[in-house]
Amino acid sequence: MELYEGGCDLKLLETLEGHGDRVWSLAWNPATGASGTPLVFASCSGDKTVRIWEHTPSPSATWTCKAILEDTHTRTVRSCAWSPSGKLLATASFDATTAIWENVGGDYECVSTLEGHENEVKSVSWNSSGTLLATCGRDKSVWIWEMQPGNEFECVSVLQGHTQDVKMVQWHPTTDVLFSCSYDNTIKVWADDDDDWQCVQTLGEPNNGHSSTVWALSFNASGDKMVTCSDDLTLKIWETDNVQMHSGDGYAPWRHICTLTGYHDRTIFSVHWSSEGIIASGAADDAIRFFVGNKDGLVDGPTYKLLLKKEKAHDMDINSVQWSPGEKRLLASASDDGVIKIWELVSSSTGNGY
Amino acid sequence: MVFELINANPVVYEKKERRARSAPSDYSDEYAAEPIDQQEVFDHVRDIKDPEHPYSLEELKVITEDAIEVDDMQSYVRVTFTPTVEHCSMATIIGLCLRVKLLRSLPSRYKVDIRVAPGSHASEASVNKQLNDKERVAAALENPNLVDMVDECLAPSYG
Repeated sequence: MELYEGGCDLKLLETLEGHGDRVWSLAWNPATGASGTPLVFASCSGDKTVRIWEHTPSPSATWTCKAILEDTHTRTVRSCAWSPSGKLLATASFDATTAIWENVGGDYECVSTLEGHENEVKSVSWNSSGTLLATCGRDKSVWIWEMQPGNEFECVSVLQGHTQDVKMVQWHPTTDVLFSCSYDNTIKVWADDDDDWQCVQTLGEPNNGHSSTVWALSFNASGDKMVTCSDDLTLKIWETDNVQMHSGDGYAPWRHICTLTGYHDRTIFSVHWSSEGIIASGAADDAIRFFVGNKDGLVDGPTYKLLLKKEKAHDMDINSVQWSPGEKRLLASASDDGVIKIWELVSSSTGNGY
Repeated sequence: MVFELINANPVVYEKKERRARSAPSDYSDEYAAEPIDQQEVFDHVRDIKDPEHPYSLEELKVITEDAIEVDDMQSYVRVTFTPTVEHCSMATIIGLCLRVKLLRSLPSRYKVDIRVAPGSHASEASVNKQLNDKERVAAALENPNLVDMVDECLAPSYG
């Protein structure tokens, strides 16, 4: 935590080229980066491919593209997500399908294709145990799929409720509660009540929610806080009662606790909360920003302050920012400029961070 | 598909005189950023053809030079267009044409916002939101029918 007090810098470690079009999204393999396993992440693009990147620590630390997943999706690959064990990768495409890939001795094989959405699939997410998969898309629906033996996926629920294009789905980090955010400006919370999935809460403008498209959301490590980002140029922090949530004693509702306004100049496409509490945002103004909780503000409820702003982090819009698993404060960013950058957030030698 | 014309009898205006762009000095560094101005952006979009009439956006006064704002220092362009009728269902396709033309014509550092003129369209907010959602624009541009339509409208603008 001393890092924040002394100020910090964002150091560019490497720029990864290879995609032939904008890079929409990336995902770190959660089972890598610890106990000597090299870090791995996947990136997906408007070039219809997915690339798998691996870190080679020695002799000189570099990133290598280990595999290109192509000839399966026929349109843009919008989003990708690893199963918690890191063995399967799911990819969501504008071609209306979601593909499941298995790593077989370094080769990635498409082992399943999930069909059902009417048109563009925008996002995919695994629950914490890796038994459920959620997808969402332009057809305004959210689908929940249950994993069966032999890489079979059965659709267990089609959730209607959003009135527009659904941009992102994300499972809660510890419970089987699903979150979706949409072009209709709302975030919806979905829970399983006796095998019947339903919307248990809608966070919209009347609850201090967003006034334009909500593009992404992310949870803190303990899962009692959530950050959302929007086309309305704000980040919003939401909170729930952690004790009630885990007691099984009814649904613990989420409430708005703070809006970070005035920091972003254009649409915020991506937000990610690190395990140690640093929120990173990637926006259409080509900048990456970092925010941390402000301990001084506890009297009036938590507040958040800008820790660092990296201008011109990319040449074009930043679509995705993701913290790596593992020890180091590594962040990967993906952009319309077609490249992925690997950054390290380091203590600043000069004192003040920004 | 639309079989009836949205606006059967549009008013057609005269084209503005085309001004020559001031020639860049011959000793200039070819890598030096040359400032982009209102007139240059207007020249890129004025000859785009209306989706349902054989007239340009300039002739229908959908686009005027004054409706283009440029901040070259900030790499920012905003184009405000005026649909010929308030309920024009062609507004999103016109906006898409403007976006695609500028995407292809301006350096990639540029941020472009496209909107309908305030008060000129019955669904102003939703048209503006759709035109500025790059994910939906990207998806639209993977639709071959839509791309054909856009390319047909853009053809006269590549003079």
